[in-house]
Parts: sequence; C-alpha cells; structure tokens
Amino acid sequence: MPLRLLKFALSKEHPAPRFFKSHETPKKSYDVVIIGGGGHGLAAAYYLAKDHGITNVCVLEKGYIGGGNTGRNTTIVRSNYLTPEGVNFYDASVKIYEGLSEELDLNLFYSTRGHFTLAHTESAMRTMRWRAEVNKHVGVESRVVGPDEIAKACPQLDLSCSGQAPILGALFHAPGSVARHDGVAWGYARGADRLGAEIYQNTEVLGIDVKNGKVCGVKTNKGYIETKQVLSAVAGFTPRITEMVDLETPIVIHPLQACVTEPMKPWLNTILVSGSLHVYVSQSSRGELVMGSSLDPYEVHSTRSTLDFVEGLTSHMLDMFPFLSNVKVVRQWAGMADMTPDFAPIMGKTPIEGFYLDAGWGTWGFKATPISGKTMAQTIANDSAPDLIHSFRLSRFEDYELTGEKGAASVGH
Amino acid sequence: MKLLTCPMNGTRPLSEFVFGGEYRQAPDQDTCTDAQWAAFVHNRSGAPGDKKEWWYHSPSGTWFIAERNTLTDKVTSTYLLGQKDTTQEAGK
Ligand SMILES: Cc1cc2nc3c(=O)[nH]c(=O)nc-3n(C[C@H](O)[C@H](O)[C@H](O)COP(=O)(O)OP(=O)(O)OC[C@H]3O[C@@H](n4cnc5c(N)ncnc54)[C@H](O)[C@@H]3O)c2cc1C
Repeated sequence: MPLRLLKFALSKEHPAPRFFKSHETPKKSYDVVIIGGGGHGLAAAYYLAKDHGITNVCVLEKGYIGGGNTGRNTTIVRSNYLTPEGVNFYDASVKIYEGLSEELDLNLFYSTRGHFTLAHTESAMRTMRWRAEVNKHVGVESRVVGPDEIAKACPQLDLSCSGQAPILGALFHAPGSVARHDGVAWGYARGADRLGAEIYQNTEVLGIDVKNGKVCGVKTNKGYIETKQVLSAVAGFTPRITEMVDLETPIVIHPLQACVTEPMKPWLNTILVSGSLHVYVSQSSRGELVMGSSLDPYEVHSTRSTLDFVEGLTSHMLDMFPFLSNVKVVRQWAGMADMTPDFAPIMGKTPIEGFYLDAGWGTWGFKATPISGKTMAQTIANDSAPDLIHSFRLSRFEDYELTGEKGAASVGH
Repeated sequence: MKLLTCPMNGTRPLSEFVFGGEYRQAPDQDTCTDAQWAAFVHNRSGAPGDKKEWWYHSPSGTWFIAERNTLTDKVTSTYLLGQKDTTQEAGK
C-alpha cells in the first residue's frame, strides 16, 4: 500500500483532500452564473477562468455534480459524424480529450479502443461510405471495412447475428474511445475551483430575471444573485429553464436507458455499435459490459427504467454474442435526453441578451464536453459565438439551415 | 406491462401504440409571418406538464388523442379527435 494512502487510513480525521471548496452561500453578484454542474457547465467555468481570466463565476447545481447525464452516459467518445461541421467540432473535442488527464492532473481512464459501426443492410453500408468520405475529407481516421477485419478485431462476434441480420461491413473509426464520465466532471470542477470559480451543490435555479430583454439576475433556493450573463447547461432540464425566460426551442425530452453486466475478464477490446439491432457495447475498465440502445419512444421527464428496454437490448446482444446467455445484467438506469430534430446541439447566443444556451445534447453530448466548455466560454467572454459552433446556433431553425446528424447519432451515441 | 386505452379497441399493451407528438394547431398560413411559421414547424412545448397528444394504435390503424402528464407519465383520458364526451378513464 502506498505510504500516502496508509497515512489516510491511520489518520483519525481522514484529511483526504477535497476536490473543490464548499462555500456557505453564494455572493450577491457574479460576472457569470452557470446553471448546471454537469461536465458541460463545469468545463465552461474552467475555460472561462483558464482561457479568458474570468473567475468571478459560480456554477449552480441542484443535486450533486455529475449526477445528471454526465454520470449516466455510456462514455463513448468519437468524431465519425456525418456533416463536415459536426466532424470538425467533435474532432476538436477528441483532441482535447487525448491530453485531458494530464491537463486536469486526474486519471480519466481515457482509453482508445477503435469503434465499429456495423452495417447489416446495403443502405446502412451506403451511410458508412458517406461518413467515411466526409471524415477522410476533414482529416478524421474512418474507413469502411469488411467482415474479415471485424472478425479479427472481435472474434467472439457472430457475424451472421444468429442468421437474423448478417453483417456486411462496418465503419471503422480508429480514435473511438471510452473514458470515466464522473472523472471528467470532477476534474473540471477541481480545475475551475483552483482557478477561482465557485461551485454550489444543492443549489437550484428557480427563476431568471429578465428586464428589457436583458438578463439581470437569477432566483435560487439560496437567495437572489445579480448577474448579466447566465449560461444554461442543464441537458434534460433545458425546457424548464428556457420556459423561465419565455424562449421557445425545438427541444423535447425522451429518456435514454443503459445497463451493465457483471464484471468479466477482458475480452471485448473495441466499441461495437449496430444501428439495425439497436445495440452498442463496450467493456469498461472494471470488466462490465456497458450497453445501451435507442431512445425511449415517447416524451417523459423521468429517469425511470423499464423491463422492455433490458429485454429488447439483451435479446439483440444474444444475436451478436450467443455465449453471453449466462451473464447477468446487474444494473440499469436512465437519463433524460434533450433531443433536437436534426440530432445536432443548440449552442450560443439567444434573443435574450446575456442568456446563453448549451443544450440539445440528447444522446451524444459526453464526447463534446471539452469543446463545448471551451466554445461556450469563448461565446460568453466575447459575447459572440466562434465559427466552430455557427451551425449549432438556435436561429438555424428559423433560417431552415438544419445540421442533419441523425444518420450518425441515432443509436451510436 | 404498461397499458394504454384505445378508444376503439379498449385497453391494450403499450407496445401496440405509437407516439405521434403533441396535438398542435397550425397558424393561418395566409396571415402568419415567416417567423411564426418557422416556430410552428420546429419549436415544441418541451417543458413537462399536462399535454394533449396524438397516439396511434398500430394493429387497427386508429389515431386518437391522449391527455397525459409528461412528468408522471399518467394518462387521464383517451378519445377520438373531437369526441371528448365519450371519454374513457385510461391508464388505470
Ligand atoms: C444513458 C445515456 C447514454 C449516453 N451515452 C453517451 C455516449 O456514449 N457518448 C456521448 O457522447 N454522450 C452520451 N450521452 C449523452 C451525454 O450523457 C449528455 O449529452 C451529456 O452528459 C450532457 O452533459 P451536461 O453537462 O450538458 O448535462 P448534465 O450532466 O445532465 O448536467 C446538467 C445538470 O444541471 C442540473 N440542473 C438542472 N436544472 C437545474 C436548475 N434549475 N438549477 C441548478 N441545476 C440544475 C442537473 O441536476 C444536472 O446535474 C448519453 C446519455 C444517456 C442518458
């Protein structure tokens, strides 16, 4: 046992270092108030301080940090999207992730595994070719591979999928990775705290004060806070926040569920996704298979789990891996996905001066945590959104300039 | 198993139904502005609460209205469009 750990074990006070300071009550005013202590809100606080020197900032979290979708996702990080705008954006995120453990001085278990999106039909193969070409054009490592290469990477996979849906090929994306999701939230929280931002847990925003089209403060369960700039980074709670400022958006909430098996010896090295079978799976560093499926089919603002989900998912898992029939599912859970019609996020300024939106992360926002924090910090600091997120602006809907990512985002989050 | 009551076929498993989105009224296309029309096409009332929604019973091809709370997922009534008086208590 390392000496450092032993010292904690023997100490009466357990003086383990805290990740961030706890403050009694928020101050009367801040330059920037961030609603939501998920990865996105905390990353924005970190980059506001680090890149722009803006440190009079608080992050208000109604529960505990990372307790929203950040701590519920299946941690897949990739950039093999469909539109050049999307590929560029997510690629910038992957690049930050690759050095993030070092930057935050915290082991995020960032593990590059390679990512296969399996195609069982000719039309799926067509989408894979399309994505591969767009990816290559932008400089992202993706290519279409045949069944041989899939079998080499994952010999346990039944390529005929029990004869139900034979695999014709796949989109292989070398940078595809998994990471520790709560670590990302905690790492950014500590980084932001060290640079001077304040983090408040159990602090809920109950209203936002807008006068003459400008933000002037927020009401919380811990009192009123004056501010001219508010960032909403609340994922599944976005419609409740936008309602406070009478802002209409296309966002609707559907639950997204996931589950894990009991731990096994490592056997699955890659990340596998099948759109046709509505399955994606990877093996965590603890040995559990982490599995998810498509979105729940109707709107509910709840994190309830259903038996339908595990039944459907595991039956398709058995089509792919018949030998898993004795393995047990040990946990299942759900998050609330903030869905947009084009499967792209909504980021940037809004018609309300000083109200910034980082939302519409649906089933795909974990991988974007670093780059969304960075670009939202930039947007707030300059009161102007950088080009990288121009295609994600709220006004794209009014302009009928949607950023269609459904073909790359609907199952393989 | 979760159940839903089709006004034509009675109470059936939820897996027989398809969600059709919120019941909405289009603005008058001759008089509304482009911005109003774009808002109608794209925006939704995403906040939780009591909503009137389209649902479809797929084996029988029946479209109908359900009144449901999207926070609690409780259905209070289902009926054919325009026939609210024949309301059946649903989702018991
Ligand atoms: C099951 C599942 C699997 C997923 N898999 C993937 C994946 O593999 N890859 C991927 O890239 N993405 C995935 N996602 C999506 C990803 O998890 C989210 O898009 C991302 O985590 C959103 O992060 P966030 O920081 O914006 O929101 P969150 O982490 O949800 O944080 C928002 C926070 O705001 C707080 N809040 C809400 N309202 C208030 C209020 N009024 N006052 C104060 N605080 C408030 C909430 O408590 C919450 O902690 C998945 C999602 C789910 C549910």
